[in-house]
Amino acid sequence: MRELDVAKITQAVAALFLQANYVIGPDVMDKLEEARAREPSPLGGMVLEHLLENNRIGAQESLPVCQDTGMSVVFLTIGQEVHLTGGSLEDAVNEGVRQAYTTGYLRKSIANDPLFDRKNTGDNTPCVIHTRLVPGEKVHILAIAKGFGSENMSQLKMLSPGDGVEGMKRFVLKTVEEAGPNPCPPLVVGVGVGGSFELAALMAKRATSLPLTRHHKDPRYRQLEEELEHEINRLGIGPAGYGGQTTALKVHIVSAPTHIAGLPVAVNICCHVARHAETTL
Amino acid sequence: MIKKVQLPLLDAAIQDLKAGDQVLLSGSLLTGRDAAHKRLVALIERGEELPVDLAGEVIYYVGPAPARPGQPVGPAGPTSSYRTDRYTPPLLERGLKGMIGKGYLGPQTLALMPRFQAVYFGAIGGSAVLIAKAIKAAQVVAYPDLGPEAIHRFEVEDLPAVVCVDASGRNLYEEGPKLYKSLTL
Repeated sequence: MRELDVAKITQAVAALFLQANYVIGPDVMDKLEEARAREPSPLGGMVLEHLLENNRIGAQESLPVCQDTGMSVVFLTIGQEVHLTGGSLEDAVNEGVRQAYTTGYLRKSIANDPLFDRKNTGDNTPCVIHTRLVPGEKVHILAIAKGFGSENMSQLKMLSPGDGVEGMKRFVLKTVEEAGPNPCPPLVVGVGVGGSFELAALMAKRATSLPLTRHHKDPRYRQLEEELEHEINRLGIGPAGYGGQTTALKVHIVSAPTHIAGLPVAVNICCHVARHAETTL
Repeated sequence: MIKKVQLPLLDAAIQDLKAGDQVLLSGSLLTGRDAAHKRLVALIERGEELPVDLAGEVIYYVGPAPARPGQPVGPAGPTSSYRTDRYTPPLLERGLKGMIGKGYLGPQTLALMPRFQAVYFGAIGGSAVLIAKAIKAAQVVAYPDLGPEAIHRFEVEDLPAVVCVDASGRNLYEEGPKLYKSLTL
């Protein structure tokens, strides 16, 4: 059995949230460059140029690329041969978030109570934590900084099996069209299909953090990802919603077995930066 | 062509702004998000005086990230505009001439803008660092307890924006996508 002090997890989480907020991945920058070269709309091209320049300066000057530095979401994948020592795992993750947001010039955006108090907690905690136990003795940490301009445009629907591929496509396209300019297009669209109500949402969130160069392993799903991306880009919304042919940089689908009576579909809308960072301890 | 626009807005300048125009904004503006709007509207409803005079002003919907030492403000991109729709009509009645944000305006605000000759600018969501470089000074003028959501006065120089809804009611969010749409659901 391997022993791992949770202080190491605190350190890693803090570093990941700083990186996620300051440095946008080369996969996103490459997609933005490609889009700028293709985009026929003059305003759309101007917007993409601003986004590229903004992200370059953010990385150079260690500045968060967006003022909404997000709600902190952490996916922990923990090997069952690991014995965590030194305190509570969840406290350690929250401490990492606290350190990143209070020392890294990141905005604190968490309200303590959704309906009544709505007081800012002052340190961006609590973080949303999803934990999975797997064989082995490693700990994988994925940190997502999710802005709510795009989170608010996300939707989930329990379709019927008979709605099938066409029903699923229609729901994804409708979600993107209704969102229009609000979620800061171009988008990364995370789709969770199957599972139960909550698993569909969780898969959609996980999908937003996959590398933009990734495709679904099943060729049928891969084709569906490509069709959806193509059709979303024909909606005309464009960069910043000013009109154009770049509305999505990528559509990722994550699927799971589901009930014989159901077809859950969750669409997690994410703006182009899809801020995340990951590490293995 | 990129138009240079001085803030606060003069009526003549407003007439010259058309949906789709790229502009660089310079001068003085106010900031506010939903929380500050809610307080302003509560004062108006009670017939009390506002902490800021809105006549001729432009409000930028923004809640900046914290400033690094020596900088007036941290990254400061626009927040979604639809959330203030329920509060904007009484502010237009008090002389507000413009808003800066991103995304759709609500139907109540859109319906009133031609009557009050107000204009809506889009700042680019995702360009918070570039926008911060155009903000030369920032000062809290009301509701400091709201932190980043407090009402600030910003002095800006060449802040890049696009006219999204002009005073005649033309709307870039309708006209722009129509030009490139090739799929109807």
